[in-house]
Amino acid sequence: MADRTIPIEGTLDLTPPPVDQQTWLETVHEWVTTVDHKKLGLLYMMLSIFFLLVGGVEALAIRIQLAVPNNHFLAPDTYNRLFTMHGTTMVFLVGMPFLFGFTNYIVPLQIGARDMAFPRLNAFSFWMTLFGGLMLYYSFLGGSGLYGVGNAPDVGWWAYAPLTARAFSPGNATDYWALSLIVTGVGTLGGAINTIATVICMRCKGMTLMRMPLFAWLMLVVSGLLLITITPLTAAQIMLSIDRYLGGHFFDTQAGGSAVVWMHFFWIFGHPEVYVLVFPAFGIASEVIPVFSRKAIFGYPAMVAASVGIGFISLGVWAHHMFTVGMTSVSNAFFVLSTMLVGVPTGIKLFNWLATMWGGKIRFKVPMLFCTAFLFQFLIAGLTGIMLSIAPWDWQLHNSYFVVAHFHYMLVGAIVFNIFSGIYYWYPKATGRMMSETLGKWHFWLFLIGFHMTFDLMHVVGVDGMPRSIYTYEADRGWAHLNMIISIGGFIQAIAVLIFAYNLFWSYYRGREAGSDPWDAWTLEWSTSSPPPVYNFAVPPEVKSRRPLWDIKHPEDPDWKYE
Amino acid sequence: MLFFLLLPALAFADGPQSMPSIFAPASTPASDIFSLSLFVLAITGGIFLVVAGILTYVIFRFRDKGDAGDKHEPAQVFGSTQIEMAWTVIPVLIVVVLFLTTARMIFAIQDAPKPADAMDVTVVGHQFWWEFRYPKLGIVTANELHVPLSAKGHPEPTYLKLYSADVDHSFWVPQLAGKTDLIPNHPNLTWVEPQQPGLYLGQCAQFCGIEHAKMLLRVYVDTPAQFAAWVKNQEQPAVDDQSPEVVAGRRVFETEACMNCHTIRGTVATGRFGPDLTHLMSRSTIASGAVPNTEVNLREWIKDPDHFKPGSQMPAMQLTNQQLDEVTAYLETLK
Amino acid sequence: MSAIPLIPNQTNSPDEPWSLPSRGRIAMYSLIIGECAIFTIFVVAYIYYIGRSLTGPTPKEVLDVPIFNTICLLSSSLTIWLAERSLERNKIKLFGAWWGLTWLLGVIFLVGTGMEWHKLIYRDGLTISTNLFGTTFYSLVGLHAFHVTVGSLMLLIVLIFTLKGKIREEHSERIQVLALYWHFVDAVWVVVFTLVYILGR
Repeated sequence: MADRTIPIEGTLDLTPPPVDQQTWLETVHEWVTTVDHKKLGLLYMMLSIFFLLVGGVEALAIRIQLAVPNNHFLAPDTYNRLFTMHGTTMVFLVGMPFLFGFTNYIVPLQIGARDMAFPRLNAFSFWMTLFGGLMLYYSFLGGSGLYGVGNAPDVGWWAYAPLTARAFSPGNATDYWALSLIVTGVGTLGGAINTIATVICMRCKGMTLMRMPLFAWLMLVVSGLLLITITPLTAAQIMLSIDRYLGGHFFDTQAGGSAVVWMHFFWIFGHPEVYVLVFPAFGIASEVIPVFSRKAIFGYPAMVAASVGIGFISLGVWAHHMFTVGMTSVSNAFFVLSTMLVGVPTGIKLFNWLATMWGGKIRFKVPMLFCTAFLFQFLIAGLTGIMLSIAPWDWQLHNSYFVVAHFHYMLVGAIVFNIFSGIYYWYPKATGRMMSETLGKWHFWLFLIGFHMTFDLMHVVGVDGMPRSIYTYEADRGWAHLNMIISIGGFIQAIAVLIFAYNLFWSYYRGREAGSDPWDAWTLEWSTSSPPPVYNFAVPPEVKSRRPLWDIKHPEDPDWKYE
Repeated sequence: MLFFLLLPALAFADGPQSMPSIFAPASTPASDIFSLSLFVLAITGGIFLVVAGILTYVIFRFRDKGDAGDKHEPAQVFGSTQIEMAWTVIPVLIVVVLFLTTARMIFAIQDAPKPADAMDVTVVGHQFWWEFRYPKLGIVTANELHVPLSAKGHPEPTYLKLYSADVDHSFWVPQLAGKTDLIPNHPNLTWVEPQQPGLYLGQCAQFCGIEHAKMLLRVYVDTPAQFAAWVKNQEQPAVDDQSPEVVAGRRVFETEACMNCHTIRGTVATGRFGPDLTHLMSRSTIASGAVPNTEVNLREWIKDPDHFKPGSQMPAMQLTNQQLDEVTAYLETLK
Repeated sequence: MSAIPLIPNQTNSPDEPWSLPSRGRIAMYSLIIGECAIFTIFVVAYIYYIGRSLTGPTPKEVLDVPIFNTICLLSSSLTIWLAERSLERNKIKLFGAWWGLTWLLGVIFLVGTGMEWHKLIYRDGLTISTNLFGTTFYSLVGLHAFHVTVGSLMLLIVLIFTLKGKIREEHSERIQVLALYWHFVDAVWVVVFTLVYILGR
């Protein structure tokens, strides 16, 4: 792509870079003490990728155990710990750090700022997240230590009461869950506050909110949502700890406490949380699709409104996770309606992306391959979400593998696919090198095949009556063949991810030089060198439209004539 | 994918099957849900075909053909208020239709008026077994539920009151009804109205601890004759076999703390912590469906419950081989 | 490796002021919103469990309305406001006086809460594990008291800086951001007080 770019006058610095001869220790010190948003962004990304691999190994262990009925690969309590840790890891140590990784690196560059609003808070948030993760994983060494399976949490990532009460979960497994997530929660809150302050207070001159790149918009909405999403979880976990350590009765059904109250509090966090996880995917789609379709995003104001709308409505749907709990028919009906309604702005976004591609000149480079798959898969995931919102049908589907299939379609099919897209898209900016297209294509197609093998069939096995969270199943239920294929698909995905990890390393040393604007894109981050200097912009930029680089490249037809 | 989903329903038309598919309903709530799900599938399937169709078209029609000479950017279109309105209004209308249909069914199933002659069962969920009590009949059993067949002209639904003795569980027999949770301090009510006799399979559907996977359900839908016979047998106190090994086994049962947890009606054993064993031999499985109810399995279960269900709440009482033989012989008489 | 400025002649109105809100204020508002969510969960739990304790004591039996404490805390919002205004007008000594009084009122509130809890625990036998009322009461009031403690610590740090002569008029903005937190703590007390001592009794 670099040879088709019109170089932007004056943005390329032709002076040779200074020759740094740092010792290894000095490099480590630099990274450990950094408050620079780019380095912290990369640290978050490295954390996420590391835990993605760990969580992936946990998933593979689960799939080996489930490949045949009545398997003895994992003992029941090992299995229960692994699926709890798989879920907890993927949500809190992969999904959220990816969010902050992208936000940290990209948002200041896109809004023409030199750093986040609070660099030291930024570093603090990262290290809190890391320490929380280490604390969670330390649990594997607890209990009977390395001889047994340790003391990792084994109550499901949703940790329903009263299974989490002292009476039913003696030992410290549940405490590791509650306390380490309180720690990461502090990091998350710090990151959210930082993002809001950055986007609202540090935009460059001329960049009104309605001229901001959509990625930055979505990170603003997600940070606002996070303020009131992660905090209910923290509150509930404090209550759980009070119950477990101080003899409290919040969820103690013997003393009049309520197990259902835990469910409400958890899902008041849990549902908006999944929107938190998916918003970065939306943001990446809104950046990648226009650039690779060679068209401006269709319906920018509608996209902003839809994002804000999704944020608000998502706060009112939580009890669709509780349709089987015995709420009144009126309550059930209310949550059916609110859940269906959140599908409307979500659909609007999908249609706008389609309209962006319509009439375009689509270049199917690796980022766009992943984004296109995202569109298909997000559509399907949304539709199975509608199916699940039908409360009576949910009385059958709830807690079955159909639900597992649905949310993995969202988490992997939509979110992970777009995270890959974003990494392939912005890796050149961060490193100055292109990732290998060939390896990228292998990664894409293998991952696509493995993903569909696993998660398409998972819908079927759920409809066939297989519940979730079971360490094994009976041979006569007819689930064995499907489970075997599902497991094989998991391994294919694993191979694909290994290819990706290899690509990350290989490209850093051997990738083609990227230049500042390898994709011929239009937002501010592409006006800096690759990688950008520590201070991002020598002089803060000034913008007049949503696509400042388009205006430069097309002086005869700038965007500000139409906005 | 739709085809795969419907395969179970197409392959098995009526009645119970070993694969408990939600698309093979045999009872009113499950059938109602199945019809609703077909309606929803039709709508979502239609949406999928349209949107995915457009996406497929777009991918092929508007891809960059790579002409080296053509460096022009396509026409930049920034939006269209009419189109935005269109694809806002149409989904809202779809939502309205889906919501009204769904709400109607919620009320129909959840608030269905209970007929006076409905069968009543009280279900108590335990870690990791099911207690079934028939209050009007004075019967207590465990893990295997018998309900009467509900004929078309003379419906006789069974209403299940759901309680929990410890943590959250969920009662799910897909061919009979949607699942309902058993939550301590929060009684729930569900009902089934089965129209085909036979054995229906299910299991606990809310993670309840280490052996959640083995908290299985067997529901026998009995014809009136079968049900009457079953009730008659269950109402009897325990069989009192006086042969020497059986008597010795009964002594083992009473002295080795078994009676602290189990009830055998007609004897001094009145424990409530574990399943009622009065008619243990009328059940085809033990350990809540984990293993078939054979003499060998029963002996092994008593010797070491963790062998079949590691983490189950029943302790191994360290019985000698002779005690095991005797107590197994005793239990084998409890038909 | 620098990037030379992007668009030299882009704007048509070079003299239009470009002002964005202050970072500190936005951050503090965001923090307050998050904290409100935490408090809301504890408040909801309190409300839901009113009257559901299986054993005594009940709120009516043991709770005395803490009028004095409340007056102290709420007037500290007034004194801190006066402090802010003094600093704006560069009256450092006056600022120090009002600020110190604010801190003192906060400490009095904490001592009063401590005395109330002492009575509840030792005379009335109400602990966090006694019943649902105990659990929800100590959690909610304790969470608030924790925030008052943190706030008092922040106030104390600023007070020490003031006595050392380090605070000047240009620190007004930051002082106001901190005062926002204190106002928030007071506002939460209004809610907690009304719920626990008036409605819940």
